[in-house]
Amino acid sequence: MSLSASSRNLASKKKDAKWVKAVLIGVAVAYLSLVLFIPALNVFYQAFRNGVSPFVSNFTDPAFLNGIWLTIIIALIVVPLNTVFGLCAAWAIARHKFPGRTFVISILDLPFAVSPVVAGLMIVLLYGRNGWLGPFLEAINFRVIFALPGMVLATAFVTLPFVAREVIPVLEEVGTDQEEAAKTLGAKDWQIFWRVTLPNIRWGLLYGVILTNARAMGEFGAVAVVSGNIARKTQTLPLFVEEAYKQYQTQAAFSAALLLACLALVTLVLKEILERKTHIKDVE
Amino acid sequence: MAVSPSIKRTSSRNPLWHIGNISWAWRITWSYLTIMLFLPAAALFLMASTVSPARFWQIATDPVALSTYEVTFVTALVTALINAVFGTLIAWVLVRFDFPLKRIVDAAIDLPFALPTAVAGLTLATVYSQNGWIGSLLAPWGIQIAFTRWGVGIAMLFISLPFVVRAVQPVLQEMEKDIEEAAWSLGATQLQTFWRVILPPLLPALLTGIALGFSRAVGEFGSIVIVAANIPFRDLITSVLVFQRLEQYDYAGATVLGTVLLAISLLVLVGINVIQAWRKRYES
Repeated sequence: MSLSASSRNLASKKKDAKWVKAVLIGVAVAYLSLVLFIPALNVFYQAFRNGVSPFVSNFTDPAFLNGIWLTIIIALIVVPLNTVFGLCAAWAIARHKFPGRTFVISILDLPFAVSPVVAGLMIVLLYGRNGWLGPFLEAINFRVIFALPGMVLATAFVTLPFVAREVIPVLEEVGTDQEEAAKTLGAKDWQIFWRVTLPNIRWGLLYGVILTNARAMGEFGAVAVVSGNIARKTQTLPLFVEEAYKQYQTQAAFSAALLLACLALVTLVLKEILERKTHIKDVE
Repeated sequence: MAVSPSIKRTSSRNPLWHIGNISWAWRITWSYLTIMLFLPAAALFLMASTVSPARFWQIATDPVALSTYEVTFVTALVTALINAVFGTLIAWVLVRFDFPLKRIVDAAIDLPFALPTAVAGLTLATVYSQNGWIGSLLAPWGIQIAFTRWGVGIAMLFISLPFVVRAVQPVLQEMEKDIEEAAWSLGATQLQTFWRVILPPLLPALLTGIALGFSRAVGEFGSIVIVAANIPFRDLITSVLVFQRLEQYDYAGATVLGTVLLAISLLVLVGINVIQAWRKRYES
């Protein structure tokens, strides 16, 4: 093929690239609309379909308020716990090369691979009445299953890997030079952590914390198994959504869903900002 | 671990600090993992071991259980493949083309990670019900989506959508456009260019995305329990069956099915690690 023929060929290809582009964008947007955009918009439409007052009136419903309260309490306990753990695990894994390292990372990933119902089941089998620790817990009169401790454990289980997974690559990328320099200058370990390590990993850490928080507040399956879903006692906001929907209280269900959707929106916006800062864009 | 001279010097000056610091992070990591992960997993295996092998097999291959495996795994596989096609297309559109609101579309891909599954199930059930926005358009053709197996599929499409897009996107971004243009100018059709030039380097990332999406879909509970009718032999998935067994205090039944689910999740996890190891070799 001569050079001019091939460049003509290229030009004609570029011309049909134009309608190909339009078709491809059209298909992508159509698919996203069916699966993602229309369902997402529907949450807002349904919550305010009958105006703002039915939405506001939900805030007098004790079950609804208790759901919000419980969701926040659980997140307030789980997020700091998993942040400290995630930092320790990330530090231990990223700073030491040892045999079986990939295996440890795979173990860390396990909560992502396990169905939340199975996660809840494990906790029931450990702490439940017929569980391993059941008799002991009953003897000291401490309830875990169908109570807050079990819900905290279930939520901590499913959000376990987020912080470590975000921090490990950042720690590896930063390297140890600065820490070693600080050490030779006589800095104490906690000084090195606060002054050198933490500033380096802060965006990755924040990203992990945000993901942990979103999942902690939104977790349904694991919490549903261990909580017993008792209205006004052990019902988080996601459980309230399901319960209200099953009871044909669609308005109440969508009001709670709206709050959770707003949480998701805030998460996405923060994620986007942090991604710009750190250039992380990866699958959890 | 490679100890640099500077560390050696400090640690010889104050060895306890350094050793104490390592074991401190490790101690927290392993204690937390033991309480959160190993003990619950051990409780599950212990409970499973109290079921005799014959009884285990009988529960695991009960006709209802078999039908839930079929619904869960076949639907998850089909939706993972659908998302592989459309996810690649979406990633392609986002990397190669400019169009209005592109940034918002890009950010919105992560919505299924951030949106609680109960909210996803609620809104999908509403949109795809007989009088919902999309469901009402399909109803005249006798197609019912919500509360059927199609609903299970829609929920799985929703929650596993980001995996392929986010796995494929960075690879596409790094791919040089020159190679494609070279293929074009040599007379390759667009289809040939796609099959021979673009797809091969994309394959490892694509497979990772498919496997992650599949494993997420297999474990999904919250959205499906709401959007499906959960009728045995029709649209009952394994996670929901585990939940139902637990509600009936049938711990043996729940444990056996939970163990089956866990074993399959572990297999998929191992598979993902294998693909990623292969990918690293492929890239280097």
